[in-house]
Amino acid sequence: MNDMTKSDLDVSTAKIKMRAEGVQVYYGTTQALKDVNVNILDKVVTAFIGPSGCGKSTFLRCLNRMNDTVASARVEGKITLDGQDIHDPKVDAVQLRAVVGMVFQKPNPFPKSIYDNVAYGPRIHGRTSSKAELDEIVETSLRKAALWNEAKDRLSAPGTGLSGGQQQRLCIARAIATNPQVLLMDEPCSALDPIATAQVEELIDELRSQFSVVIVTHSMQQAARVSQKTAFFHLGNLVEYGDTSQVFTNPSDPRTESYISGRIG
Amino acid sequence: MTVLLLVAIIVAIAVAAYVMGRQRALSMVSGNVRKLHSLPNYYGWHAALMASMPALILLVGWLVVQPFVLENRTLAFLPESVTSDPVARKLTMADVRRVASGLDVAVRAGALSEEQASMIRAELTDIRARLADVGVALGSAVSSETLRAAQVYRAAALSGSTLRNILTLVVAVGGLGYAIWATKPAFRARNRVEAFVKALLIASASIAVLTTVGIVWSMVAESLNFFRQYPAADFFFGLTWNPQFRGGSELGFLPLLWGTLYISFVSMIVAVPLGLFTAIYLAEYASPTVRAWVKPLIEVIAGIPTVVFGLFALVTVGPLLRDYFAQPLGLGNSGSSVMTAGLVIGILNIPFISSLADDIINAVPQSMRDGSYGLGATKSETVKQVILPAALPGIMGAVILAASRAIGETMIVTMGAGAAAKLSLNPFEAMTTMTVKIVGQLTGDTDFAAPETLVAFALGITLFVITLGLNILALFIVRKYREQYE
Repeated sequence: MNDMTKSDLDVSTAKIKMRAEGVQVYYGTTQALKDVNVNILDKVVTAFIGPSGCGKSTFLRCLNRMNDTVASARVEGKITLDGQDIHDPKVDAVQLRAVVGMVFQKPNPFPKSIYDNVAYGPRIHGRTSSKAELDEIVETSLRKAALWNEAKDRLSAPGTGLSGGQQQRLCIARAIATNPQVLLMDEPCSALDPIATAQVEELIDELRSQFSVVIVTHSMQQAARVSQKTAFFHLGNLVEYGDTSQVFTNPSDPRTESYISGRIG
Repeated sequence: MTVLLLVAIIVAIAVAAYVMGRQRALSMVSGNVRKLHSLPNYYGWHAALMASMPALILLVGWLVVQPFVLENRTLAFLPESVTSDPVARKLTMADVRRVASGLDVAVRAGALSEEQASMIRAELTDIRARLADVGVALGSAVSSETLRAAQVYRAAALSGSTLRNILTLVVAVGGLGYAIWATKPAFRARNRVEAFVKALLIASASIAVLTTVGIVWSMVAESLNFFRQYPAADFFFGLTWNPQFRGGSELGFLPLLWGTLYISFVSMIVAVPLGLFTAIYLAEYASPTVRAWVKPLIEVIAGIPTVVFGLFALVTVGPLLRDYFAQPLGLGNSGSSVMTAGLVIGILNIPFISSLADDIINAVPQSMRDGSYGLGATKSETVKQVILPAALPGIMGAVILAASRAIGETMIVTMGAGAAAKLSLNPFEAMTTMTVKIVGQLTGDTDFAAPETLVAFALGITLFVITLGLNILALFIVRKYREQYE
């Protein structure tokens, strides 16, 4: 794995997949996010970094309207997916989440078999018309998530019986199986050991060829390794957004530099 | 000295022991608590427990054993004809006890002196009249043997309780002394108190278990008695329930079993979907405000006495079903029916299921919901495919609990379904259940040797076995289909 080549990829030609303009989020009366403007590029890995409580996870959850499920959350501003406002009444939040998939911080496989976990999305969205087709989707998704070799002999075993790293890859396979256009990952490696982390990172890099990936991470090394674009959040503000190599080597904002060099956090 | 006073004295000694134990521990280290193995309170508690527990255990043991000893002593003064026959012995002993307590009352009231009470002879005095004067009514004249036995009984009881009081107090003071002697800075009072707490918890748990064993044992004993008089095959496979207290009863249990199962089935058809849907609505869909109002309102139902539900069945539901369903459909014209009782028991069980299922659904981790929503699932898909499977074991438990309640329900059935034992498929016909018949066979003038009465115990143990089987079945189903979440 050559780290620098990934960060240095020329992304200037990538088209904009999602655009956020003036996004504000309130939890009750406290403002968690202030006036965020970001463009998520297609087939690019974007990393959100920043200290705990800075709003990066909150913003991530805006992108697929997961904040709708939190009663006290209120989102303002405009977020578009391929030019379509996702808060438009015409847009169904449920359909949106099928297009903008999500992987969570803690592996949360359903208490079902490995097969049923992966088949969950395709089944509810009617992606397949036959068992054979579903089998194929399950296999390719597990292959893409680098779990096929470990899981192929125990597809009917419960997903909760896997190790932590395997569970997280199962959750990624589950998200891939729904065939999303954007994949949101909320600190996907925080519960994993270094080996599993490396596997997931490798996986993220491969997924980039099919869709855009947005990853929230606390590890700056991870952001530097896997992403091409980096956004730095601090106290609910988007402080800096740019090419990963530029943010890490030559940040334009002093706060970014302080955070990256470990002075604030 | 009464037992109550004795207990009060022991408690007082324990309180004193607490204070002394604590003081002693403190004084031994001249107030420097850090030199003690345990906190000062533990020394106090240890002293209090040592002073009270052995004494109380001795007291309880004495109270249990004394009646047997007294009876044996007294029997020696009764004629052989009485002691050899168990029934006569029981009756005579009851007489003896009654006369003895009568003499006690008379002495206390001043009608007899202590000396007179122990000296009077039945040949010389009309004991019955003397005791009636102080308000103690005896069923028959007192024979000289009975009176003699009663006097012996009194004397033995008196000396027994004196000895008991002295011994108990000696043990209490001895325990106190031991605790004070044992109190040293290195003494592990904390561990001793911990061991006591553990023993207390084990004792509590064993009482529940022993009670169950006791209940089962008494039922089994009486049931065996019944089956000795009535053939088991006729009971278990008989199709007619027709008890006659003159004899020649047919005590077939199948009509009752059928009525029980039919009514419970109808009630579960009502309660499970309504209760479960209510729980899902409250847990997943309702806003916090709605939930805060609706949940207590539903739980009000659980607080209504079942006899009130019975009235509701009798006055409202029964006639309604009869006038609008049974009669137009030509299915009968009885207000009391399986349907009436089933519906009302079902309503009774809604809060049971909804409340338990609501808690269980809420206990499913939020991450499961997030995972499902994150894949673009709707609320109902999430509920159906993720939440319910994860909550299944608990929901199953709630359903079984409700089923046991439905099977055991008596009052609503009596008022809503009638008392006629019948084997019929028509849900608008009056039927009855095992519980109703248990009550029926045991109320009124009963002879505990007749099969018509003893059948109640056979019904009871059968009911117990059925509900137990239901629980085991549920356990098995849950084990097989459970989807365990972390």
